[in-house]
Amino acid sequence: MAAVQDAPVEADNEKEIKTETLNDAAGNHASAAGGVIPSPPVASTSSSGPAKAGGPGSEEQQTLMAVLQFLKKNNFVGAVDVLRREAGILEDSDESQGQELAASALGGAEAGDATCTLSRASSCTTSTPAVAAAPAKGAGEHCSTLSAAFGKRKESGEDQPDVNVVLSAYSQQGDPALYQGYYSGLKKFVESVLDCHRAELSQLFYPLFVHMYLELVYNNHETEAKAFFEKFSGDQECYYQDDLRVLSGLTKKEHMKGNETLLDFRTSKFVLRISRDSYQLLKRHLQERQNNQIWNIIQEHLYIDIFDGMPRSKSQIDSMSGSLAGEAKREANKAKVFYGLLKEPEIDVPLDDEDEEGENEEGKPKKKKPKKDSMGSKSKKQDPNAPQQNRIPLPELKDSDKLDKIMYMKEATKRIRLGPESLPSICFYTFLNAYQGLTAVDFTDDSSLIAGGFADSTVRVWSVTPKKLRSVKSAADLNLIDKESDDVLERIMDEKSASESKILYGHSGPVYGVSFSPDRNYLLSCSEDGTVRLWSLQTFTCLVGYKGHNYPVWDTQFSPYGYYFISGGHDRVARLWATDHYQPLRMFAGHLADITCTQFHPNSNYVATGSADRTVRLWDILNGNCVRIFTGHKGPIHSLAFSPNGKYLASGATDGRVLLWDIGHGLMIGELKGHTDTVYSLKFSRDGEILASGSMDNTVRLWDSIKAFDDIETDDFTAATGHIHLPENSQELLLGTYMTKSTPVIHLHFTRRNLLLAAGAYNP
Amino acid sequence: MADERRPKQCSLVLPTESMKVMAESVGVGQLQEECCVALSEEVSYRIKEIAQDALKFMHHGKRRKLTTNDIDHALKLKNVEPLYGFQSQEFIPFRFASGGGRELHFYEEKEVDLSDIINTPLPRVPLDVSLKAHWLSIEGVQPAIPENPPPVSKEQQKVESTEPLKAVKPGQEEEGPVQGKGQGVTSAESKGKEKSISRLKPRSTHELSVEQQLYYKEITEACVGSCEAKRAEALQSIATDPGLYQMLPRFSTFISEGVRVNVVQNNLALLIYLMRMVKALMDNPTLYLEKYLHELIPAVVTCIVSKQLCLRPDMDNHWALRDFAARLMAQICKTFSTTNNNIQSRITKTFTKSLLDDKTQWTTRYGSIAGLAELGPDVIKTLILPRLSIEGARIKAVVEGPVISNIDKIGADHVQSLLLKHCASVIAKTRPLPDNVDQYRADYGYLGSMLCSHVVKARAQAALQAQQVNRTTLTITQPRPTLTLSQGVSTGSGPRTPNIIKVPSSLTLPVQTLVSTRPVTPAQPSPPATKYIVMSTSTAAATSPQVVISLTSSRSSSPITSTAPSSTSTLQPLVKVEHTGQSVTTPGAGGSRTLQKYIVVSLPSAVSSEVKASSLSSPSTAVDSTVKADRTELPGASTHSSH
Repeated sequence: MAAVQDAPVEADNEKEIKTETLNDAAGNHASAAGGVIPSPPVASTSSSGPAKAGGPGSEEQQTLMAVLQFLKKNNFVGAVDVLRREAGILEDSDESQGQELAASALGGAEAGDATCTLSRASSCTTSTPAVAAAPAKGAGEHCSTLSAAFGKRKESGEDQPDVNVVLSAYSQQGDPALYQGYYSGLKKFVESVLDCHRAELSQLFYPLFVHMYLELVYNNHETEAKAFFEKFSGDQECYYQDDLRVLSGLTKKEHMKGNETLLDFRTSKFVLRISRDSYQLLKRHLQERQNNQIWNIIQEHLYIDIFDGMPRSKSQIDSMSGSLAGEAKREANKAKVFYGLLKEPEIDVPLDDEDEEGENEEGKPKKKKPKKDSMGSKSKKQDPNAPQQNRIPLPELKDSDKLDKIMYMKEATKRIRLGPESLPSICFYTFLNAYQGLTAVDFTDDSSLIAGGFADSTVRVWSVTPKKLRSVKSAADLNLIDKESDDVLERIMDEKSASESKILYGHSGPVYGVSFSPDRNYLLSCSEDGTVRLWSLQTFTCLVGYKGHNYPVWDTQFSPYGYYFISGGHDRVARLWATDHYQPLRMFAGHLADITCTQFHPNSNYVATGSADRTVRLWDILNGNCVRIFTGHKGPIHSLAFSPNGKYLASGATDGRVLLWDIGHGLMIGELKGHTDTVYSLKFSRDGEILASGSMDNTVRLWDSIKAFDDIETDDFTAATGHIHLPENSQELLLGTYMTKSTPVIHLHFTRRNLLLAAGAYNP
Repeated sequence: MADERRPKQCSLVLPTESMKVMAESVGVGQLQEECCVALSEEVSYRIKEIAQDALKFMHHGKRRKLTTNDIDHALKLKNVEPLYGFQSQEFIPFRFASGGGRELHFYEEKEVDLSDIINTPLPRVPLDVSLKAHWLSIEGVQPAIPENPPPVSKEQQKVESTEPLKAVKPGQEEEGPVQGKGQGVTSAESKGKEKSISRLKPRSTHELSVEQQLYYKEITEACVGSCEAKRAEALQSIATDPGLYQMLPRFSTFISEGVRVNVVQNNLALLIYLMRMVKALMDNPTLYLEKYLHELIPAVVTCIVSKQLCLRPDMDNHWALRDFAARLMAQICKTFSTTNNNIQSRITKTFTKSLLDDKTQWTTRYGSIAGLAELGPDVIKTLILPRLSIEGARIKAVVEGPVISNIDKIGADHVQSLLLKHCASVIAKTRPLPDNVDQYRADYGYLGSMLCSHVVKARAQAALQAQQVNRTTLTITQPRPTLTLSQGVSTGSGPRTPNIIKVPSSLTLPVQTLVSTRPVTPAQPSPPATKYIVMSTSTAAATSPQVVISLTSSRSSSPITSTAPSSTSTLQPLVKVEHTGQSVTTPGAGGSRTLQKYIVVSLPSAVSSEVKASSLSSPSTAVDSTVKADRTELPGASTHSSH
């Protein structure tokens, strides 16, 4: 019962972290952001719940109740009091709410919602375990499953008390011999229905197959299970093959303990979207045939999202399915996302002066000025889709940042306009003698530095400009220099240490992700050893080791405004950190498998995470909610890229496809087929006209993203139902394919002038 | 991941015998059958689980190869202590052997002499990681530089030349429209082109850029110029540069025209240079010459059989050119002959015709015999051996008859030595043993007696080499097996007859030591791996039964031998015997020493085991030596025994 003991502590801690750290962050940056944070962010999550009227309000209250009940049950009186005071809930209302919750939990379909909100209380999980009878028990159970999600997953069965509870749903006995009959009966029925319904009802096969198989295994009908698997596994869609492979190994009840994949099947309801007509058809069939076995499974383990209107076609379904837990529920993508960009700070005076000087020096006429004005005015206008400037406290611009901004704008004027007619030049940085050891690469935004993470636990930084890397002098030497002199910044550098590359030692396992801070002063790296490390690029030493993940950390990424960063790894939790906090500010739990890649939204208010459960999730940093779930990939996702305008997201997976998503509508809007192996890197050009993708198949491909976004017609219907007709135009969108010489493309980067830099290790 | 067939997935479980063997190896003697079944199921499941986790590490390591480190990390995830001692980067210490319907993976534990390790010079320190930039694309066009892959891959060239229609099939088109034609032009153009001429054979562009024209000029001048160092450099460039595809037609024409002109002018030196160019083109791994054979073959054949190739036939060594060209021709036949173009049979026919003609001059006769002989022992057997007596008579007429011309006499001499050289080895292999001079004379006429002595010599040499082979294979069990093996073989491979150790690339290789004008890049393909085919000799067969005996005897005593499958039959084909310190009856040959190891691998015919290893130094210096032990000749067994 160790986990249960742990769980409340975790939950409790987590609450506190939330309040504390955010207040902290706010406090630290209240002055920095140049404004006052309107209210403590916690208020917006919990205390505003009861105040609000209507659906979401009551939902949140239920959430709160569930948490309270759970705490009470585990004798955390202090925490209960604190929470109650925070929320301003009276003792008795608590009771009545508890009753209410119980009622709703018993209410079948609604139970999903209740548990859903409950999980959101502990930072948004949609994992909804099978609901047991008593609500109190149910609440306890959910929380323990959640605790499992919080990186406290244990290997052996004893440490996972919830597994048995979860699995007990399978204990009901059916005649094992009849399973094949049930399944083939349903198959026959689906084959006999009208074409328009067949595709939709075919979606049922895979989850039913899995659950029936697991039921057989759980009840120790090994031979029947094997026969069942052999007979019907061939019918399943090819994109479920990886899961089937896992399942095929699982033939004994003992195996089910501690199997994470299995736990995912259990703890989350498989979501299907089916039109009302098709659903009615199915229901009628099952009732006629008295097919309780299948009906029970549908009731317990499936979530059928019924919509009105035309049934979807096979291709429509195929494009959206493939994830571990079925499609996203429609409600999951309804939340408003502020995808607009933040207003750029105004730095005019020095800019214009310097710009003119520069241009005069080059002897060019000053005709670029109007262009600059238009650019300025564009950023001055407030985008209705943009979040408030201080929605997330951001660090204040330093002088050096302003200088960099000026450089950026100057470079931007020299930017090449890309398009199908003018493709970018690609400069490829090959890592030689890496011996299969290169695992991650990053460029600084100004393309002056390149960092590589290696399997031998090292991180190496190269300067790709003639300017060599120098570290700051030691403290003793620093004492000697004249602090009043003008070139003090130059004097503090140790000339003897100048070299083209530096090696950073510190990790104790392969480095899987590296990320430069926007100001080029820091470098982040994450590793198999479970830590994220922050390195100073002034001294080339490790500053902080962020410990929180217990398992390998697959990716980490700095916010485009610095200060914050995100990390995600094998423990399925993405963590948001601030560089000056040793504990995470937010934990984003909800993915059902490893988080394989992370990316910040350009406005720094959201993060996207891609996962081995074949979904992409978008999280709101402010409140930790999961605001988008994108399903459609058929393999683990390994790369993400936001378009520069923040409206679109591109994701690449092991299946070699790149999918494009409209963040505002929460829709898939494009599919780019061409790569034959994992897409490890994606990048939009600076103006967003070109999407570059790099892959394990040793190619860089360029795609016409403007066309991809324009071609899509998002009428109200598609927006409402999420049904999308994907145009089959991958070949038209493909602008170029560039083979490398046995060098997988690991990273891509557009310089400020739209030159494409690519990097990878030569694997002879 | 290897098995994609799903119905089989369910039943993939380790065999219970393995459990038994493993139990034995840790000292558990009698394991019950049920235990074995339960164990094997559990173990199979856990192994699959770990493998699936390890795969994650592979993906995040951005590799295609699963390494032992991935497994270690996967074990770490499960809180299992990783396996220590499996850190090798390149190869997995398990060796595979099969035979008698059984497959066996065994762990080869080599006995290492410490003093050997101490005395061997330290390997070169691996090069440090470095960064190199190049242009992958310039405004949408991929430049043809060594860092980039050749614009048209060899496979594609092959497809284009052998199946011109396939290249424009719609499926192909979707595969990669830009890869082929679109690369040189902007994509819009290529798209338009594709649509309009999608049914036509794609037009290949023949315009050369200025740089390419310069390159062509430099190369051709260097190839036929007077400076030998420059020529070697140019030939090296032809043999390695990946971007020559566009220039291939020009080179081909250059060679064919050059031969045409220089044959008339009897310019031997230039003909040799041109043949070396052909050789260099053949050696270039990125070029597929099929399309240009119609120009190249006549040129090469001319250099083999032309009546006169030099100004002073009595002085110049045009025979060497004929030999060289004949070897080239054989290489062309081997590479490009298919059932469709019938190159080999057509060439054979041409040579035979001139051989049969009585009026053929000695020079041409020499060329056609050389051309035929290079095509292999089978051709010699069927086409040359029957003619030996006739040719012998002809030679006799010249040598012993009245002196007509010195040139004829030299020609006859050369033909004679050529015939003796090639035929002796074939006869030595095919003819039963007693080498009777009279019998030879009866069979082969004038050449009989000389042949007999040559055959005896060839046989003696073969026997000698058989011993050498045994001695060289001994080194397989030494620390760096393939390297030492290839060294051992190559040192002794000078005068050998090709049927025992065949070195296909024994043609004059381009000089590799030359400093290339380009900086060494990883993109530069490493020199073609030299392949040695080691065929074991029949003497080995005798020793194998004895070793089998030693296996059964040691099985009872030594725990290590539990690697052998438990159900040992008396005809156990696969044996790994280790005599660690114990003195066991060893087969006669090496019986005196006890601290030795015999790996007796008996393989069914047509099974060849390939051992490939590459040194761990930098990619540019890595020498891939592939040792191929081909035992198709031997149905019995072969020993790799140490002496």
